[in-house]
Amino acid sequence: MLKDNIAAGIHYEIYKNCLIIYITQDLDHHAVKFLRERSDRLIGTGDVKHIIFDFRDVEFMDSSGIGLIMGRYKKVMFLGGRACVVNVGKNVDKIFKVSGLYKIIEKYDTPEDAIKALEVKYENYI
Amino acid sequence: MKIIFESCSENEAFARTVVAAYITRLNPTLEELSDVKTAVSEAVTNSIIHGYENGDGDIVMECSIHNYDVSIVIEDFGVGISDIEKAMEPLYTTRPEWERSGMGFAFMEAFMDELKVESEPGKGTKVFLKKTIGVCEEMDQ
Repeated sequence: MLKDNIAAGIHYEIYKNCLIIYITQDLDHHAVKFLRERSDRLIGTGDVKHIIFDFRDVEFMDSSGIGLIMGRYKKVMFLGGRACVVNVGKNVDKIFKVSGLYKIIEKYDTPEDAIKALEVKYENYI
Repeated sequence: MKIIFESCSENEAFARTVVAAYITRLNPTLEELSDVKTAVSEAVTNSIIHGYENGDGDIVMECSIHNYDVSIVIEDFGVGISDIEKAMEPLYTTRPEWERSGMGFAFMEAFMDELKVESEPGKGTKVFLKKTIGVCEEMDQ
């Protein structure tokens, strides 16, 4: 359903004011260095207000991943937006729980669910 | 098992994968495996970012297995930590500008059974991690 855009190694989709970032690798300090700069470039474009991180391909994450999500959360918060995570596997879920991140970040099953919750009009969504 | 590798971020994945392979003989659950990988990743990342401040250096990683106990020692010869207690406080970080979450030691503590840190400013830091693997399974049997 979601079309993948691949630019400079980052998989993303912009649907209305939602930026969906597909994380396609294990999320450690090494991966974060790369993702941080590229996702910030996308947050700065157009009318992006909300950010959704899709973890469908992530088997491993450590505290560097928490730093990445928190940093992007702060950025969209200043734009009046919200941050969500979707398709969270067991390993990553445990990291989020232990870190207490769910107090500020919303979790949904799929990007579609997150978009619905962010009250974007769903009808035109292809 | 003892390996020495360069302090660079590519080696974070290398280090945790090596440890994961090393402990497979204990038949860890996927959760145990993930816990150990996270703790190793945290310790190695600390050495790279804080110990060597993203510069060059060697990281020494030693692992051993006694019965069901896995012991892992990760050592660097970098700047060291002057206040270990402060460094171990959850959410405390010396590098907020790099978006460090300050959760490194908290994760090591949460995911392992034991954590000990020895450090001397200017000399380096040694992190001891320990976890018993497969105990729940044993009890079930």
